[in-house]
Amino acid sequence: MTVSLYAVIGLVAYLIAGPFVGCLLAGVDRRITARMQGRFGPPILQPFYDVRKLMEKEPVTVNSGQDFYILCFFIFVIITGGMFFFGCNLLLVIFALTTANLFLVVGAYSSNSPYSQIGAERELLQMMAYEPMVLLTAVGLYMTTGSFNIGDIVSGVGLAGGAIPLKYLIGIFAGYLFILTIKFRKSPFDLSLSHHAHQELVKGVTTEFSGRTLALIEVAHWYENVFLLGFIFLFFQNGTWYMALVGVAAALACYFLEVFIDNAFARMKWQFTLKASWLVTITFGAANLILLYYIKILII
Amino acid sequence: METIIVLILIPLVIALALLFVRRDVARGPVVFIGAAATAALSVVLAIQQGIWSGATANMLWAGATESSEIAGYVMMGIEAALAVAIFILGVKYKKALACILVAVQCPLLIWFELTKGHEIEVKNNIGIDQFSLIMVLIIGIIGTLICVYAVAYMKDFQHHLEGGPDRRWWFFFLLFIFLSAMFGIVLSNNLIYMYFFWEITTLCSFFLIGYTKTDEAVRNSFRALIMNLLGGLAFVLAIVLLGTTMDTLEIDRLIQMGVETKAQLQAGMLQDPSQYYVINAVVMLLCFAGITKAAQMPFNSWLLGAMVAPTPTSALLHSSTMVKAGVFLIVKLSPLLGVQGILSINEPGFMVMMVGGITFLLASFAAVTQSNAKRVLAYSTIANLGLIVACAGIGTAEGVWAATMLIIFHAVTKSLLFLSVGTAEHNIGSRDIEDMDGLFGRLPRLAVFMIIGIAGMFLAPFGMLVSKWAALQSFVDAGGIWVVLMIVFGSAVTLFYWGKWLGKLTAIVANRQNIQDKVHGEEWFVLTGHIVLVILISLSFPLFSGNVIVPFIKNVFAGMSDAAATALSSSEMVIMVVLVCVILVLPLLFYGRTRKRIVPLYMGGANEGDNLTFRGAMEKDVPVSLRNWYMEGVFGEKLMNRIGLISTCIIFALSFSFVAFIALNMFRYFQEGGAV
Repeated sequence: MTVSLYAVIGLVAYLIAGPFVGCLLAGVDRRITARMQGRFGPPILQPFYDVRKLMEKEPVTVNSGQDFYILCFFIFVIITGGMFFFGCNLLLVIFALTTANLFLVVGAYSSNSPYSQIGAERELLQMMAYEPMVLLTAVGLYMTTGSFNIGDIVSGVGLAGGAIPLKYLIGIFAGYLFILTIKFRKSPFDLSLSHHAHQELVKGVTTEFSGRTLALIEVAHWYENVFLLGFIFLFFQNGTWYMALVGVAAALACYFLEVFIDNAFARMKWQFTLKASWLVTITFGAANLILLYYIKILII
Repeated sequence: METIIVLILIPLVIALALLFVRRDVARGPVVFIGAAATAALSVVLAIQQGIWSGATANMLWAGATESSEIAGYVMMGIEAALAVAIFILGVKYKKALACILVAVQCPLLIWFELTKGHEIEVKNNIGIDQFSLIMVLIIGIIGTLICVYAVAYMKDFQHHLEGGPDRRWWFFFLLFIFLSAMFGIVLSNNLIYMYFFWEITTLCSFFLIGYTKTDEAVRNSFRALIMNLLGGLAFVLAIVLLGTTMDTLEIDRLIQMGVETKAQLQAGMLQDPSQYYVINAVVMLLCFAGITKAAQMPFNSWLLGAMVAPTPTSALLHSSTMVKAGVFLIVKLSPLLGVQGILSINEPGFMVMMVGGITFLLASFAAVTQSNAKRVLAYSTIANLGLIVACAGIGTAEGVWAATMLIIFHAVTKSLLFLSVGTAEHNIGSRDIEDMDGLFGRLPRLAVFMIIGIAGMFLAPFGMLVSKWAALQSFVDAGGIWVVLMIVFGSAVTLFYWGKWLGKLTAIVANRQNIQDKVHGEEWFVLTGHIVLVILISLSFPLFSGNVIVPFIKNVFAGMSDAAATALSSSEMVIMVVLVCVILVLPLLFYGRTRKRIVPLYMGGANEGDNLTFRGAMEKDVPVSLRNWYMEGVFGEKLMNRIGLISTCIIFALSFSFVAFIALNMFRYFQEGGAV
């Protein structure tokens, strides 16, 4: 396995800068949300202050087991993101992300508290809702670039004439944007854990976590969000520096779109979440792939 | 050669011995020694035949002509006797269909053997390659472990019957006969031999499922029998068709001829189209037999019905025997399957792939609605077998690699899970997942074993996920886009139903009494053995792939490079192994170590302090009860089975009628004296 310089830079940059970027994004999110609601909003660094405060809380827990799962969640989120920015196999990254999320779910289950268990079940439902689309995204990128390897996808070697994957994957891109709302835990799909107060599930999956453990979950989410935006970035790559910039800009634009959606919708029921995301996966994702497949055959 | 015969005979001898050993004290040692001998011999055979060195190209043995002739007559005699026995049972329980099936296929085969079959010269009756050695190891190790487990389990089982008739001698007899027949299937090259052992496994499972002789057991055992006899009939038809038109009965000849005609077809110069279509029809019939045995839709109901039998039966049927015989045959025929573009579809390949894919998707859906642990496991088996069948159906090297990996990992993990559920059932009195909350407090070690098993079934970086990943990769490469869609939805649902079970197990419920001491020593021994196997395989699978599976694939698919024979690159496999290490080390370092103050849960109302009750709105204590989520309305079991029945029947009808249509046209064409 030859390790390229870019891969190492990507990995180190992610490990160090990841949480900062994630934290800033969260801060900007809160500010924009506040403005949309006619409030002034907290300082941009508010998420960081929150986490710092959590670190200072008295260490309490409901049982001796659950902290372990959260630690594993944290470690696996970092491994997942690390593999992504190192340029590993996209499918491997997706499976590792599933494992990471499952640790969070199991952590919530392990407390045996009503609120966190329902939160955990809903989290599983959400995973079931978005997983097919995420896998199809990887398959789509593979079909256009000829590789599951993120390093190869970014280098743009698989596509002729400097085309970007998005050119062939508009449906898949739309589908991914749709499920990104679930992954970012935004309305209308913030069933398991909402950032907003006043809901029936208290704090869903995180109900029974406090102090440092909760801080760990928060930081893990920062890491995760950056890596999720990395997927958007991939759609725009053809190996040139300016498309890399466009990719970053597109990722940020998508993030603000999600913030907007969050504020524009009320929460929906789980049936809607499942049905809508699978329907979108089929009509946008699958249709895109099937079309691509048959066009390829006809051309060849 | 001798080792092979001994390997088939040892379980047989032990089985006969167990007919006469009827006391608990003696049965234990006999089973134990028999199991140890069988396991040791299967390992010896694997090493002797060079499983690791790659020396086993494709070893074939002729055997002395006279002895194979005698063997042929003995098998025929046993077949006839068993057919009569089934017929009588069928009459007794008024199962007309079983009678008809048996009355058609047995005379047909005997007629064929005595007339045309007698003239066909069979060069090699027995054949070995790495794949059959892998199967030998699975049967020899997992199968015998299950037999050892059964000793302790059946003691409890008999105890629960409270003075009911003790027919355990029959049970253990069947278990060992089963192992013997399985060895026979995977080591036969002569299709008539294979069919003989194939029918023995059908009968063994029939008797094992009907072991308790309750109405339900009898009903379900006949269902299993009828469905498998249907497969048996297809098997006989395949033999007759192959024998009468191609003058051979050997599976290696069939594959060789098939590969040749397939290559001709791809090159656009088919010399003898009739041969191609005859081979297609034979392969299709054999795959149909494999599909019934592997409990694919619409035949999945027999495997679910098999739940009525004692748990070791389920473990055996699901992991190392029976259903694995079905996928063994299909994977073996994989080089003759495949979908080459949309213009030249290979009918058996299309049938196998679609049936497998549909089964994977729908069985996974149905598993969501189940709360009975054994039924969840059963649907998961059906789904995974679907994936294996579909992988074999694409007929590429990558597909076979993924299928082989799936077979290995699934055998170990599923056996572990069934046996764990069996132990849990005997100790907590229920096999319902809802009753397993707090298992962590009651049977901590068992809960950990189950967690490892479940994680092994669907989570990165464990084995099943590696294979699922490989399967996805090979479908994308081979252009099986429709199956890709089935896999992505199916695996998302898989995540849901395992995840919620995992959650139930890890939940820490207050005030649970530890009852771990009541579990039998033999059960711990077998369960621990499985855990060691699961971890060992997860850590060593890249080596296994390179030294065993790749040589096998290169042998089957000529001219394949090492890298092209595996679905995953070696660096990806190494990453998986590293992740396994991480996941194994983390709990050892960190689990349960907290210096934090333990506080009560949040319960909306005030927690009474015991984490089990809260003060409700009416100032009364309300006990907390948590239940999982089954989504009956979305993934209803009946609905899924109905969709499965209809869609797979359409596929069968399409594939078979297509072959029949072509065959008919060919026939007419030749009659008119046309030349191709």
